[in-house]
Amino acid sequence: MLNGLLLGGVLALLSLGLNLIFGVIDVVWICYAELIMLGMYGMYFLYTIYHLPILLAAPICITAVAVLGLALHVLVIAPLLGAAPINQLLATGGVLFFLQSAATVLFGVEFKNLGLRLPVLKVAGMFVSYSRLLAFAAALVAMVLVYLLMTRTYTGTAIRAIAQDRQIMPLMGVDARRIYLITSGLGGALAGLSACLLVLQYDVHPFVGLTFGPITFLICVLGSLGNFVGGFVAAFVFAEIISVGGLYLDLEWGYVFAFAFFIVMMFVRPEGLMARRS
Amino acid sequence: MTRYVPWIGGVALAVLPFVYRQPYPLHILIIILIWSFAYTSWSIMGRFGLVSLGHGGFMGVGAYVTALAWNYGHVSPWIGVPLAAAASAALAALVAYPCFRFRITGHYFALVTLALSGIVLQVITATRDYTGGSLGYTPERYQGGSSLWALQFHGKTTWYLIALVVWAVGLYVWNRVDRSMLRYALEAISEDEDAAAATGVHVTAEKLKITVLSATMTALAGALYCQYQMFISPDTVSGISISLQMVFAVVVGGIYVSLGPTVGAVITILLAEVLRIGFGTRAVGYDNLVYGVLLVLFIIFLPKGIVGSLRDLRRTAGWTSS
Repeated sequence: MLNGLLLGGVLALLSLGLNLIFGVIDVVWICYAELIMLGMYGMYFLYTIYHLPILLAAPICITAVAVLGLALHVLVIAPLLGAAPINQLLATGGVLFFLQSAATVLFGVEFKNLGLRLPVLKVAGMFVSYSRLLAFAAALVAMVLVYLLMTRTYTGTAIRAIAQDRQIMPLMGVDARRIYLITSGLGGALAGLSACLLVLQYDVHPFVGLTFGPITFLICVLGSLGNFVGGFVAAFVFAEIISVGGLYLDLEWGYVFAFAFFIVMMFVRPEGLMARRS
Repeated sequence: MTRYVPWIGGVALAVLPFVYRQPYPLHILIIILIWSFAYTSWSIMGRFGLVSLGHGGFMGVGAYVTALAWNYGHVSPWIGVPLAAAASAALAALVAYPCFRFRITGHYFALVTLALSGIVLQVITATRDYTGGSLGYTPERYQGGSSLWALQFHGKTTWYLIALVVWAVGLYVWNRVDRSMLRYALEAISEDEDAAAATGVHVTAEKLKITVLSATMTALAGALYCQYQMFISPDTVSGISISLQMVFAVVVGGIYVSLGPTVGAVITILLAEVLRIGFGTRAVGYDNLVYGVLLVLFIIFLPKGIVGSLRDLRRTAGWTSS
């Protein structure tokens, strides 16, 4: 149970950035998990090869992934903003192929890790890893920060307004292009942050994105797009299903249950878990 | 004159293995034909805006049900393949009916089907005691090699002809759908579901028909691949990456024309083979690198695919002969 809770923290963090982009720009970045994968490689190289202290490597890595997010938006998404949603989805699918194989070509298929093991905390007979606790805390903090940004600042208000009506807002004097850029950068930065925390607990390899990418989308959809609290709750629901299913059977069955749960929930509550019934 | 082109082309393709017997090119041709058929099956529904990422799942069901029925039940593929197709159709109906009933479209449909192919992949991996998991699975060889009963053949020529016939049937079905009322109904639905329903189109039923048809054909492609290759693994016949690969090839070739998926298959498979031969093992990943870039470029600049764009070009230039 507790492990599920902590896994939920990781998943919540993963889905936060995607939720932002999905909700605001209304584009599915199928390749979102691949950005995280590149971020993890970034951390690996900065820490183990260039021997930067981890607290210095992390901001560099976050910035780098944020820039990647911007580049993705400018190069791929921007030309397709007017196209059918499916074309945007497929184009980012192309980016997924590209990033995955670029990582294969550049870094090889070996599993790599930081060689850094954080101590394991023992509470009341249960083992809790610090890295998971850290991810959990970071997810909470990041969510609160994003929430404050969205509700307390002008930019945040503009972002939410764009998400509600993308035709009218430009007429109200909001530069939609700028807002999209900010959102993409922010989404990228959150991907970078997730990468920094994930690399503490998981090995990195070119296909690592496929292991948690799909589940991240499902969380965003299940939690209602653009609804951060919903995404958070959905992340924990999924994490519990996966870890409880994994406890009694294999981990794969945990995923099977999670996917099946998603499909059923889409039929029952297509607007997402937290949507208010209109 | 153009009426006879498909027949002349078909006959030329059919006599090819009797004239030209190099095993390697023939193998590539068979693989191209099988995947062309799978891609055609996808495009039958994909062209109406029903973008399914679950076809990897249907293909996996087709391949694994056939192989498992043969190994455990000693059921001939002649029964196993229809069984697999039926299983896949049932799975498609089970997931698609509520989807269409509750109006899950666009992104959401893609994500539900994505979850479906995730489920199939994970179930195959999880039941590794029976399916071999991610290590793959081999249908048992029939003693004596070739057998019509076991649908196992040594000669490449036989397989080539089988794949050719199946591929031609796929194109025939595509064209039948293209000329049917179903097509008009589905085009209306993809434009506006409410308007289509108002004019008397049964939205759920029409969408369900095309989805079940497409899933059945995809399962057939999976079964055929399994019988030909005699080795299947979750990564080669099921899962999300296969689903994306189908979408990719169809988009490159052209989604709105009957030969589009075939051209897509020719391009992607030849590209992969050329890179594999050209670079050897160093090329691991190079083919997907090129695919990825091509996919993005195609969607931005040539959303109708190669064949579709060529046809448009011909129309605007006024060479319209057909």
